[in-house]
Amino acid sequence: MPTNLSARLCTFVLSLFLIAFALPAFAGPFEDAVAKFANDDYSDTDEAIGVVASSGNKLAFPIISALQDGRLMADPDSKKVYVTGTDGKSIDAATGEPVASVPDSASAVRLNNRLRRSVDAALGSLTLQSPDLGARLQAAQSVFKSHEETALEPVEGALAKETNKSVKTALGEARAAILLFKSDATEVQKLEAVATIKARGDQEALALLSDIGTDQPASVTKAAASAIGSIQSSLAVWSTVQNAWYGLSLGSVLLLAAIGLAITFGVMGVINMAHGEMVMIGAYTTFVVQEVIRTRYPALFDYSLLIAVPLAFLVAGAIGVLIERSIIRFLYGRPLETLLATWGLSLVLQQAVRTMFGPTNREVGNPSWMSGAFDLGQITITYNRLWILVFTLAVFMILLAMLRYTALGLEMRAVTQNRRMAASMGIATSRVDALTFGLGSGIAGIAGVALSQIDNVSPNLGQSYIIDSFMVVVFGGVGNLWGTLVGAFTLGIANKFLEPVAGAVLGKIAILVLIILFIQKRPRGLFALKGRAVEA
Amino acid sequence: MLTRSLDRGAAIFLAVVAACGILIPLSNLLLPAGSFLQVPTYLVALWGKYVCYAILALSIDLIWGYCGILSLGHGAFFALGGYAMGMYLMRQIGTRGVYGNPILPDFMVFLNWQKLPWYWYGFDMFWFAALMVLFVPGLLAFCFGWLAFRSRVTGVYLSIITQAMTYALLLAFFRNDFGFGGNNGLTDFKDILGFNVQAEGTRAALFALSCLALILSFLICRAVVSSKLGKVLIAIRDAESRSRFLGYRVESYKLFVFTLSACMAGVAGALYVPQVGIINPSEFAPGNSIEAVIWVAVGGRGTLVGAALGAIVVNYAKTFFTSGMLAPYWLFMLGALFILVTLLLPKGIVGTFNAWRETSKERRPAASAAAEDGVTEPKMAEKAR
Amino acid sequence: MPTKSIHDIAASFSRRGVLAATTGLMLGLASISGAKAADDTIKVGVLHSLSGTMAISETTLKDTILFLIDEQNKKGGVLGKKLEAVVVDPASNWPLFAEKARELITKDKVSVVFGCWTSVSRKSVLPVFKELNNILFYPVQYEGEESERNVFYTGAAPNQQAIPAVDYLMKDEKVKRWVLAGTDYVYPRTTNKILEAYLKSKGVAQEDIMINYTPFGHSDWQTIVADIKKFGSAGKKTAVVSTINGDANVPFYKELGNQGIKAKDIPVVAFSVGEEELAGLDTKPLVGHLAAWNYFESIKTPANEKFIKDWQAYTKNPKRTTNDPMEAHVIGFNMWVKAVEKVKSTDPDKVIDALPGIEAANLTGGTSKMLPNHHITKPVFIGEIKANGQFDVVWKTPGLVAGDAWSKELDGSKDLIGDWVGKKCGNFNTKTNKCLGSGS
Repeated sequence: MPTNLSARLCTFVLSLFLIAFALPAFAGPFEDAVAKFANDDYSDTDEAIGVVASSGNKLAFPIISALQDGRLMADPDSKKVYVTGTDGKSIDAATGEPVASVPDSASAVRLNNRLRRSVDAALGSLTLQSPDLGARLQAAQSVFKSHEETALEPVEGALAKETNKSVKTALGEARAAILLFKSDATEVQKLEAVATIKARGDQEALALLSDIGTDQPASVTKAAASAIGSIQSSLAVWSTVQNAWYGLSLGSVLLLAAIGLAITFGVMGVINMAHGEMVMIGAYTTFVVQEVIRTRYPALFDYSLLIAVPLAFLVAGAIGVLIERSIIRFLYGRPLETLLATWGLSLVLQQAVRTMFGPTNREVGNPSWMSGAFDLGQITITYNRLWILVFTLAVFMILLAMLRYTALGLEMRAVTQNRRMAASMGIATSRVDALTFGLGSGIAGIAGVALSQIDNVSPNLGQSYIIDSFMVVVFGGVGNLWGTLVGAFTLGIANKFLEPVAGAVLGKIAILVLIILFIQKRPRGLFALKGRAVEA
Repeated sequence: MLTRSLDRGAAIFLAVVAACGILIPLSNLLLPAGSFLQVPTYLVALWGKYVCYAILALSIDLIWGYCGILSLGHGAFFALGGYAMGMYLMRQIGTRGVYGNPILPDFMVFLNWQKLPWYWYGFDMFWFAALMVLFVPGLLAFCFGWLAFRSRVTGVYLSIITQAMTYALLLAFFRNDFGFGGNNGLTDFKDILGFNVQAEGTRAALFALSCLALILSFLICRAVVSSKLGKVLIAIRDAESRSRFLGYRVESYKLFVFTLSACMAGVAGALYVPQVGIINPSEFAPGNSIEAVIWVAVGGRGTLVGAALGAIVVNYAKTFFTSGMLAPYWLFMLGALFILVTLLLPKGIVGTFNAWRETSKERRPAASAAAEDGVTEPKMAEKAR
Repeated sequence: MPTKSIHDIAASFSRRGVLAATTGLMLGLASISGAKAADDTIKVGVLHSLSGTMAISETTLKDTILFLIDEQNKKGGVLGKKLEAVVVDPASNWPLFAEKARELITKDKVSVVFGCWTSVSRKSVLPVFKELNNILFYPVQYEGEESERNVFYTGAAPNQQAIPAVDYLMKDEKVKRWVLAGTDYVYPRTTNKILEAYLKSKGVAQEDIMINYTPFGHSDWQTIVADIKKFGSAGKKTAVVSTINGDANVPFYKELGNQGIKAKDIPVVAFSVGEEELAGLDTKPLVGHLAAWNYFESIKTPANEKFIKDWQAYTKNPKRTTNDPMEAHVIGFNMWVKAVEKVKSTDPDKVIDALPGIEAANLTGGTSKMLPNHHITKPVFIGEIKANGQFDVVWKTPGLVAGDAWSKELDGSKDLIGDWVGKKCGNFNTKTNKCLGSGS
């Protein structure tokens, strides 16, 4: 024991010397704070963020932005902290001296949600005057969220110099948010602040105004209450718009899933219970395409869906033609038997995919242009939903044009309307049958590409859409593509307006019951085919 | 008195079912365990399940094979019958539930329900539950059929809305607020009519009862299809519009047979639940109903024996294939079975067998040809397209 | 159509035909019942769905048991005998679970069964295990409110997952407003009931709790995510406690990510999302959302690192993830082996009596113990989702938490305890000093 103790004492004295002479820089509060990052303790890190951010040291920004990106490395043994640049070069966080390499024992400083908020707040006040417009806007917004009093001075400084209008508004709002919560702000300042925030008018403004507490002057409380009222009523209007948008978006998904069925079932009269599996095959095609791109050509990732669409069409279409040639052509005129055979087929396809790709979900990523959202007024529109809507309508239009203007489309319509006559006119009806079924399946495959962006890619993917798809086609009227379109959007919108009232489950039940009742009223759907074709 | 006609196949079928209904329970109860001919209890329960499925298949065949109504929601009637029986069995648990509440089933206790919902009243009495087993599916079928048949919803449209019906019920029964135990359903039964459901004697008795129910259902179906009513049904199946023009009230015939069939499905469900020990919303899943239709197709649509046989064969195959080495591949086999049967045996096993007998008999001098009776196989209404 | 009178029937069918058919049937029955009496192995039943909707989660657990049996056999098996797995596929069909359980016990004569995932499958097989007196190890976190003599629950009870997670959010994230979102089935219902009571006992007002249920496989989350956003903008720190199950999670998280709900604004803590579920997701937009489990793959202990290495070698897949229910099976399996070796028998009665008190190392560095209520002690970890699909542990309970079979937060069960050692009763009412219901 004594030897041990003396050894420790020696080390202690030695380290004192080292600190006193070799590393005088360690003495300041900034350096102390930086060293705290190495403690791997969330409250120490939090404290360090605060000190570093308010230190005024030019290293503060690189350190905190590195922390945010997971580039701030700390060595728990030597308590040294390094900033690894985006270019791969590293500096000592305390001194700013470049270092050759970060020791292996160092690991990235960990963050949790609380710290991420601190980092955002700190970065907010540090980047208010950044030359980058986007960074300034973001900074202003994060100050608005954190509204800490210490940020008031930098905000006002930035506001004086700012020339861009939208950043200026954001800074003004940030300033208002700070003043609203500042205990020594004057009543006039606070009333102005309430007005500014009211003008912002979104949910965050609402959150801020609801949170002002009771220690405010009476006039401010009153102004805030009336501002809350007016924001809420404008948001209520927006929520109707939002429901309509959600309905359109759900409708586009339904339409996409049903449109292939509208061809196989609506035009050919084949009840294809394996339709959902064609959608699934399309989704798995997307997965395979993305896998190849990830491993071989990562630069192409944003184009992965564009590559997947034609491939999915071809794969699912080819499988469709195969199914038609090997099974369905023997069952024409026996719709109920087709139903049973294709149900069996769907079991086989599901299990085949499960065997090939495993039973678990596969990851299909969103390309950058399909990630995120933008705000339109007070509603949030996500890019993936928007693109799916656009894509669905495009597919619909192309299909419609194809049926109307191409030779194949003409032949398809001819065969559907009068098979014998068409055959007599020299149309190879069996070839047209195969191609029509292939077309329907191919479109289901395309639907799979789009659905992979919002849903699971698993062997059960198709199952969840099959009933809905049939409902859409039957509701819209069999044999009529426009009926399918109207049917899908009607059901989507009805569902989304029912959901907030009745809840997701009851809403869905209500829709199903309504469809059942509707079919009693109009047994052939919304847009029924008229004439002799009906009885055939 | 109905003039009954039983062909040889039906007679053999009835005799085999009766023999099984008597011999299997006796062998299970009387012979020593482990003896070569003793049927173990688990097989009694398993075969009891098959017999219930056979009744369900019969009920589907009655409307599909003889009247052309393809219901893809017959599992709903089966499940409703099952729930009615399940509710009776739940009430019989009494204070033996885990919380010891004399009235409320366990799932209501832990969801803090204070009192029994009104629709659970009466299910503590067996006669009431038994009535409901017939009444609830019957009423649903009557209302549904009344709406659908009068508006002349036919063919695939009808199939799809029956599917929507069972799907809506599936979602509804999944809801815990609905008061039927949500996803967990009704389970952990103790007594039926005072007998322990798990006792070997009760199982044997339930098996015998199921066989009896199968025989009765079979005879009822026979009576229906061989009567004048049955002829009209077949006429409707083969040419609905023509039958209507001939002055038959097509929708009344359809409604009658649909409701009857739903009641039979309900009975099947009620016998199924005590033997399986659980009823849960997954019985409403559209896939289950489609599978039941496939049993009929495999056995032979329009032949009552075939329907029952199909249910037993497919389910036996399912039991067999889901164990052991074949387990990962059984869906391939099941799927392939459905495809092959529809492609190669469009009349099903029994239908094909009958047709083969028919042709082989024609080759012989027509001495005994007249003896072959039976209901004609459905003419598949093959319309040239 | 020629008809025959009923009198002719007797003549028309041959007695021989009936006799032959019946005998054939009986022989068929007897032949599938004839179990092989192999005495040199101990059979272990594996009752996990390999097809249908639950295959996504359960297939891994089947592989886990096969892996554990393989490892055990390399060490010489148990009691000098090799273990032999009997795998069946209940196909995500609940009545089929009961049928297969019966088959495993009666026909294959297994000594123990590892299986089930959903509560309903467990409820479905329960009567079978009670009737035939065998042992089931159930590895998944569940709603509690159960303690059966024949079942050993190695997954978390609500007090080993939900309550610590809420505590963490309250203390560390200062959450004041709560969204309890779940799939409409018994686990979320019960968990949310427990959480609601718990939150109210901590002074959270009714208007600060929003409860939302969705159907299985719900895929359109737009409205609900927007509602969460709206609920979160009332000026108080808000968090979502998610008991959303299975397949519905992927579209839910995709919608969260796309609508820009960041963990630092509204964190989501999930009880059913683990490494396997994240494997189907791009986790970059989800960094910081939380999960509460008793095990994370990322926990660095020698035991865990060895387990992951061996597991990936066994499955020949260097990317194969591990998860919490797998660890539960590891613990359960080792406990069973120890119990069997202790009593030197696989007789279920002896093993059931021996199991309480048995300890087995868990993979996160502690030792779990089987309690008299047939639940085990477990550590609780809160992990944040990282960009690589793994979890970063941000908090853990100081010691192991004992699993409560009966929740103290629910009126119906607050006086109940399970004690299979002293009281020999799974639902013993400590107020009335009575064993409720059937109990056994």
